[in-house]
Amino acid sequence: MSDWTAVWLTLRLAAVTTLLLLLIGTPIAWWLARTRSWLKGPVGAVVALPLVLPPTVLGFYLLVAMGPSGAVGAVTQSLGLGLLPFTFAGLVIGSMIYSLPFVVQPLQTAFETIGERPMEAAATLGAGPWDRFFTVVVPLARPGFLAAIILGFAHTIGEFGVVLMIGGNIPGTTKVLSVALYDHVEALEYGAAHWLAAGMLLFSFLVLLAMYSRGLRAAELR
Amino acid sequence: MVASRVLLAAGCVACFTHAGAGEVQVAVAANFAAPAKQLAERYARASGHQLSLSTGSTGKFYAQIRNGAPFDVLLSADDETPRRLEQEQRAVGGSRFTYAIGKLVLWSSSEGVVDAKGDVLRRAAFKRLAIANPRLAPYGAAAQQVMEKLGVWSALQDRLVQGENIAQTYQFVSTGNAELGFIAYSQIREPGKSPAGSSWLVPQALYAPIQQDAALLQRGAGNRAAGQFLEFLRTAAARELIQAYGYGLP
Repeated sequence: MSDWTAVWLTLRLAAVTTLLLLLIGTPIAWWLARTRSWLKGPVGAVVALPLVLPPTVLGFYLLVAMGPSGAVGAVTQSLGLGLLPFTFAGLVIGSMIYSLPFVVQPLQTAFETIGERPMEAAATLGAGPWDRFFTVVVPLARPGFLAAIILGFAHTIGEFGVVLMIGGNIPGTTKVLSVALYDHVEALEYGAAHWLAAGMLLFSFLVLLAMYSRGLRAAELR
Repeated sequence: MVASRVLLAAGCVACFTHAGAGEVQVAVAANFAAPAKQLAERYARASGHQLSLSTGSTGKFYAQIRNGAPFDVLLSADDETPRRLEQEQRAVGGSRFTYAIGKLVLWSSSEGVVDAKGDVLRRAAFKRLAIANPRLAPYGAAAQQVMEKLGVWSALQDRLVQGENIAQTYQFVSTGNAELGFIAYSQIREPGKSPAGSSWLVPQALYAPIQQDAALLQRGAGNRAAGQFLEFLRTAAARELIQAYGYGLP
């Protein structure tokens, strides 16, 4: 059934996006939490910007930017990668921009809460910067990481406007769950739409429930 | 007495219920947005009634109308939706008529991509061809019929990208992300200007006519201005303007 293709595609998109966002978002959040540079304000604002634009508008500008006459499109074409719209890679990039604040902000808050002192203490015990980050910061910021993963993943699962604009509705490549669901609604196939919507809600509830309960238990153990 | 009238007036402003006499809420299919705006201006000037236009996809309007959306008139992208609304008694019986016949065009925003006979489809020297979703949009269904008639439908499957509606399909092509695409002729046809890029106006024999029907909705049944607007759509002046935007007429 084509809806299962969409389910699998959506899970893959959300997983890849969340993973990449953790890799990129962690250093950004760390820098934002620690820096005293005047750039902190502007960078923080840019990170939060995807919250402001309506997703379809964001998608439209991505379509223009990644197109043949756009700046991003010029770069990808000169690198021999072709154009990004209507590809899975294009969706990943769009989703990363769209979900960026949902990953960076919980991490930034967590890093700020930890403060400087645990790091300083570890430094006096002779731990190097990487060692300090992974053995001191990461365990202490665990709730922040958990929140970042949950929000990044869930936000990408529910993403619609950006995908609609740059996806082109290609089964198995860009036709994600929300678009398939919308398709059913527009075609007046309300029965199929209800099943898909109910399944999506139930699945998300279970995932969120599992993550939140684990997070709570971890917090209690500490 | 005066106080209660003030309250009543305030209530009306606050609750946005039925628009007062002389105001018509029109739901317009996305492909007809530009001519509808012109028509609304002319009608307002001639009659003094105000039209408020909402553009969107016909499928969405159908769902909204079924759930009590405050529209008096529907200018649909197809003939099926008004018929269904009439069967469900959400449109006034006998009010339906064809206000425009849509024409399909194969278009590229670059010169020299689409030839005057549409042979570009057989040569297939392109990566992406945009169409509107054939399940949702009449222009998408027409595009599918054309490609089937030409025997290229299955060969082109992996190059198709679908817009949710015809406006989005136009965006895919106009931004160059798809080299070419099937759109509504009215989208590239501005009265008095020749279309940019290259195009092939698809012969009518290759697809079933895209009849775009209008209907008076139940909510507009008592609204004189709504009925008059539908009459206005049938006048020679309105028909001329509709044709100037590249539509056919019955």
